[in-house]
Amino acid sequence: MLPEICLGFVVLGITAYAVLGGADFGAGFWDLTAGGASRGGRVRGMVQRSMSPVWEANHVWLIFVLVILWTAFPVAFGSIFSTLLIPLFLAALGIIFRGSAFVLRGQAATIREARVLGGTFALSSVLVPFCLGAALGGVASGRVPVGNMAGDPVTSWLNPTSITIGVLAVVTGAYIAAVYLAGDARRAELPDLVEAFRTRALGSGVVAGAASIGALVVLRSDARPLFDGLTSGSGLAAVIVSAVAGIATLGLVWARRLGPARVTSAVAVAAVTVGWALAQDPYVLPGQLTLDQAAASHATLLSLVVSVGVGFLILVPSLWYLYRLVLKGRLDQEYEPLDQRFRPLEAGDPQRGGE
Amino acid sequence: MADPGFLVLAADQVTGALGKGPAPDALEARRMQALSLAVHIPIVCFGIAFPAMFLFVHWLYLRTGEPAYKALAKRWSKVALTIFAVGVVTGTILSFEFGLLWPDFMATFGEVFGLAFGLEGVSFFVEAIFIAIYVYGWDRLSPRAHFLTGVPVVISGFAGSFNVIAVNGWMNHPQGFTVVDGKVTDPKPFTALLNGNLWHELVHMYIAGYIVTGFIVAGVYASAWLKGRRDRYHRTGLVVALSFAALAAPVQVVVGDWAGRTVAETQPTKLAAMEGLQRTEKGAPFTFGGYYDKSKGEVEYGVHVPWMLSILAFHNPNATVEGLVSVPPQDRPPVNIVRFAFQTMVGIGTLLALLGVAFGLTWWRKRRLPRTPWFYRAVMAAGPLSLVALISGWIVTEVGRQPWIVYETMRTADAVTSSNGLEVGFGILVAVYLFLGAAVFWLLRRLTAKPPETEVAAPARR
Repeated sequence: MLPEICLGFVVLGITAYAVLGGADFGAGFWDLTAGGASRGGRVRGMVQRSMSPVWEANHVWLIFVLVILWTAFPVAFGSIFSTLLIPLFLAALGIIFRGSAFVLRGQAATIREARVLGGTFALSSVLVPFCLGAALGGVASGRVPVGNMAGDPVTSWLNPTSITIGVLAVVTGAYIAAVYLAGDARRAELPDLVEAFRTRALGSGVVAGAASIGALVVLRSDARPLFDGLTSGSGLAAVIVSAVAGIATLGLVWARRLGPARVTSAVAVAAVTVGWALAQDPYVLPGQLTLDQAAASHATLLSLVVSVGVGFLILVPSLWYLYRLVLKGRLDQEYEPLDQRFRPLEAGDPQRGGE
Repeated sequence: MADPGFLVLAADQVTGALGKGPAPDALEARRMQALSLAVHIPIVCFGIAFPAMFLFVHWLYLRTGEPAYKALAKRWSKVALTIFAVGVVTGTILSFEFGLLWPDFMATFGEVFGLAFGLEGVSFFVEAIFIAIYVYGWDRLSPRAHFLTGVPVVISGFAGSFNVIAVNGWMNHPQGFTVVDGKVTDPKPFTALLNGNLWHELVHMYIAGYIVTGFIVAGVYASAWLKGRRDRYHRTGLVVALSFAALAAPVQVVVGDWAGRTVAETQPTKLAAMEGLQRTEKGAPFTFGGYYDKSKGEVEYGVHVPWMLSILAFHNPNATVEGLVSVPPQDRPPVNIVRFAFQTMVGIGTLLALLGVAFGLTWWRKRRLPRTPWFYRAVMAAGPLSLVALISGWIVTEVGRQPWIVYETMRTADAVTSSNGLEVGFGILVAVYLFLGAAVFWLLRRLTAKPPETEVAAPARR
């Protein structure tokens, strides 16, 4: 029972990170694709304003996943992090650039500074979810054996499943971000931005749906055990829930019901992560290490479950308080298109242009 | 099995859970880890001390209604949030590196010490949530609720460092597990968490946090003071920051003595390396300066003070201090690095304590700030110096523990990844951190150059 609870913590953490952290990375994707400085200024201003109060708390879910993994499943953690050294190191670098460039952009004094920092922020916002998704793909497709660097350092993450899940992570994040940003824009009473993000949400939602179907095709040929798990029994049920929730989100966004769309988009992602865990049951490292083999000793799991459980008694009300304040607009800063923050353009600055 | 003596006998070596891989590159991995820690630790100091400082100024504002206090608390909290954000990313890098660089350490001992990180994760979460609410809540929440949202930031900053230092204390004083045939069994996570090295390391680091933050912040206002900006805003910034640092610095001398005596008891080889003491001696001398010559096995060109080491380490001039020869050469840490770092830390720490006392005496006797510009120049120098002392202290702890990753139980070389090409990663990381350091310096300069926001006594400007 204890190993299952700890695995539940991991799945919960990955889900929360995929939804909340994914939305922040997706916001970076929309920042990247917003166009030139003046055309994209409004979108970027919204991204900056929406992410500022929450991205740090959202990011902590990743740390949460890591600490649970290395405490409850230490051998799996050591094996994953040694074989998948390259994508995880790239993700770590991307995390440095993403976070620091985002914070620094808030202090930029000229459009040129904002453009360099924004470009760094936005590019790394695509790099990080891709690398993390690719690493997950390596685990899910059974390419991480037990041992110190026992797997192939390259093909463990550059393979059809990894690339598919990496792309899916980027696209899903963009989709959720667009849904959330549309809701934030409505709260800020900016109808043009509501429409802009609604259009993006519908477009990226269709792409995400298509990518998910494509992913199943790739998994069928590249990671058959995972595919079989996802297309039978409880795995199939989870996939169906995800598909229904994804389509429902599209419908809600179409109908401009942005509040409920936040919930259904999160359900769509949660169903996929839960489905993935069910599909590779009883394995933590497919074909290599089962949950019971991977689990730490009873005393460790018990103390971890009790401590995290007590921690949740503090954490859940705190998170609830934060998101309630955010969704009620209590922490909202004044909205300002990013390019309007700076003094009039200097002679040398180009008026427009890509990042 | 908390007795370290038992561990030495039973567990000369632990075989890693992942099994032996090909030629590991432990030195390159250590460099990467050391670089990442050296970047992260100063940020931690701000996480420990800055919330208490801005909340104190906030409390002054609530009591007096003085707008300069509000402007200062607001400014400090915004700087704290920025530093916290950088800490979030540098802290993430550390947790990645645990796995990327030391997979077999994590695989073998994760179940023993991991609990502390689980608790740390919760604290980090609470800190991230409330520092955001606090900073974005200025003028938006009710004054009372807003002040209260700052309290969890202070508590979680403390709790986070408690748990991380618990792990470091455990690496230096491992307990809470049994070794059978080279395998780790029977982990007792709470025994590991509350290990014998936790308390002095925690207090030492916690006070260091106040010294570093206090002197760096005070340095900014000391510089403004010398440029003639002496209004209430700048004066408050100087006095509050300096008071925290000046109270903490002399206390650190006492705590350092406690830490030194604990090391003498539990890690005699580390103490011998700190002092460059080759032979086990009764009434051992303390040696200032010089360098340790490995071939001769003694410190050259140093100034010896008889009995002083025995007095410092055991409070007894005739006490026996174990020398480096008590362990085989391959079990000794690199002496010169540890010794030089130790002397640097102690030297700077003493100067900082004197500076703190000078400020305290002037304030107590004359109820005013010192008048000589040299005092303000000294405060400006104290910030960077305290950082040097901080990093030196961690070098003493960590390099002094070598060649062990888990003291006398697992060798660093047995814990490292089998991956090749770590030097590429190290090179990239150096470049990235240089970029990050330059960017943060640039940002903080810009923040300090901004004029303070004008605050009125009545709440809610907009």
